[in-house]
Amino acid sequence: MTTTGINIHTGSAVPLNQANVDTDQIIPKQFLTAVTRSGYGKHLFHDWRYLDQHEQVPNPDFVLNKAQHQGASVLLTRENFGCGSSREHAPWSLDDYGFKVVIGTSFADIFYDNCINNQLLPVQLASEQMDQLFDAVANDASVQITVNLQQQKVTVGELSFSFYIAEQHKTNLLKGLDAIGQTLELDAKITEFENNLPEWQRA
Amino acid sequence: MATTLYDKIWQAHIVDAKKTSETGEEKLIYIDRHLIHEVTTPQAFAGLHEKGRKVRCPERTFATMDHSISTRSLALDACGPTNKLQLQTLADNCEKHGIELFPVGHQKQGIVHVMGPEIGLIQPGMTVVCGDSHTATHGAFGALAFGIGTSQVEHVLASQTLKQSKAKSMKVQVNGSLPIGITAKDIILAIIGKIGHAGATGHVIEYCGAAISALSMEERMTVCNMSIEAGAKAGLIAPDQTTFDYLEGREYAPKGDHWTQAMAYWASLESDKDASFDTIIQLNAADITPQVTWGTNPGQVIGVNQPVPAPSDFSDPIDKDSANKALKYMDLEPGQKLADLSVNNVFIGSCTNGRIEDMRAAAAIAKQGKVAKGVTAIVVPGSVSVKQQAEAEQLDKIFIEAGFEWRLPGCSMCLGMNDDVLKQGDRCASTSNRNFEGRQGRGARTHLVSPAMAAAAALAGHFADVRDYQ
Repeated sequence: MTTTGINIHTGSAVPLNQANVDTDQIIPKQFLTAVTRSGYGKHLFHDWRYLDQHEQVPNPDFVLNKAQHQGASVLLTRENFGCGSSREHAPWSLDDYGFKVVIGTSFADIFYDNCINNQLLPVQLASEQMDQLFDAVANDASVQITVNLQQQKVTVGELSFSFYIAEQHKTNLLKGLDAIGQTLELDAKITEFENNLPEWQRA
Repeated sequence: MATTLYDKIWQAHIVDAKKTSETGEEKLIYIDRHLIHEVTTPQAFAGLHEKGRKVRCPERTFATMDHSISTRSLALDACGPTNKLQLQTLADNCEKHGIELFPVGHQKQGIVHVMGPEIGLIQPGMTVVCGDSHTATHGAFGALAFGIGTSQVEHVLASQTLKQSKAKSMKVQVNGSLPIGITAKDIILAIIGKIGHAGATGHVIEYCGAAISALSMEERMTVCNMSIEAGAKAGLIAPDQTTFDYLEGREYAPKGDHWTQAMAYWASLESDKDASFDTIIQLNAADITPQVTWGTNPGQVIGVNQPVPAPSDFSDPIDKDSANKALKYMDLEPGQKLADLSVNNVFIGSCTNGRIEDMRAAAAIAKQGKVAKGVTAIVVPGSVSVKQQAEAEQLDKIFIEAGFEWRLPGCSMCLGMNDDVLKQGDRCASTSNRNFEGRQGRGARTHLVSPAMAAAAALAGHFADVRDYQ
């Protein structure tokens, strides 16, 4: 889908200090029966966020519900975030809730690709750097985190960390490209590939 | 230069390798087979329709209904109107674009990763994708198969290609032969236990070694299926005579001269002897015992006779914290014996263990007793074909006689998108692939095991060592 690009984002953060947050936790299965891309934000982290199935009673102990973290747009997490199911509903729900950037130690492969395809910026930092970000937010929940994609830098107060992102992912996020449209411009090449297949491999 | 099986399949599918700032290290690769189901496709088709785009190769695309369907009724609305709308949307999209669909009630319907291979849709050397992380299953045929998101489903529908960067390679060699009572499920759980839940992130695994070569196709699918549970992009096993024997004569497999040509190509699909891998892992089959997960990710796994670990057993602070959280959620104490742990639910099925050999393994235990009082045990065959074969062998009668429920094919309680959902506090011995918090129902506790171990737990009412039933 065609989307607008992102470059610099500044916002406060929710510190989800946990490893191996799987996509079943991000958005449980009962919300996957919808046929649209929107409206998943209210179900984000459903099991942890609500004490009841009908989402009437927020869990006061869950970090997303803390008063000081309302309005945050950056999610801090640990290793292997987004593991498990390939459901793209996971980045859809994070985006719909209002997150623009997820900063963690590592991400599961499919989830990472899904983020790129939804203009949600996944930033990977070393474990010690994450410690410092978590500390900064623990000291001041309203601390503003700036992520500069062009410069590949995360800045919080005096702290500044560089991060790696593959060239193609950076370009796609910066420009908000229509990935399918780009590929369809290569139609002649795809056809040529198909024509070169041996007959038994042709569908 | 010596190349791996992954290298060979990758190289054979590059459509465009031009390097620009927009493509970086990515290549455009051709996709031979696209499997689709109701959950991860509606938004992809909607995206196509919005742009006025067509499905490029409907003949390379196959659809089934599996995730959102009832296992008690063939009615599309048996699990409510939203499930029905999703199923109907798939049917409408398939009709509009000329895609072959195996709907509920169809002879070829089943879990996408069970029915695809059994009709011969998956062949060595292919690239296979599906909007489902367990697409790794199909690597059992020496196909490069991986799960994708819905935006990528739309990309494949529109172009029959995907933009991909090459993953790293990992060789997992399982030496020797399996002891009696040890299954493919135990192999893959032991591997994940060894390398960790994210141990293969960014890698394509090739499984090899004597213990892997000795596996049937069904068993190989169980191993490859859970590659994603180690974080791997895909899992591969080089095709051999076992693979060719399985494929020959299947409906969508090549026939006649095409079969001969295919065989000539397939025989070339193996890693060169001196091919190098980024990572190499070795296991001895003889060391593998019946595996049971104790935690909330598949890497938190032990042998049935090992004590539940303590957080202090882990040196890494993150692992320690994860163990703490898992013990709390699972309501377990360090040092506890699994044999003392009661279960009140048993689930036998899923794309991991819903095939005919799994039904046979579970039935062989089930016929030795009755389901314990207070235990609900369901058996859900992976496809219509598995169900019919099991019934032809009267396995359904064994299960029913022992007190198991015999259901209709689907994903069922593996993820509970239908009404096969556990309740708060339920404890389940499950042959599925994920023991995440809430996976089978909010507040429910899942322990992953092999089909035989699940059946043994059903009879005993607690975890039991299946080797005592041999």
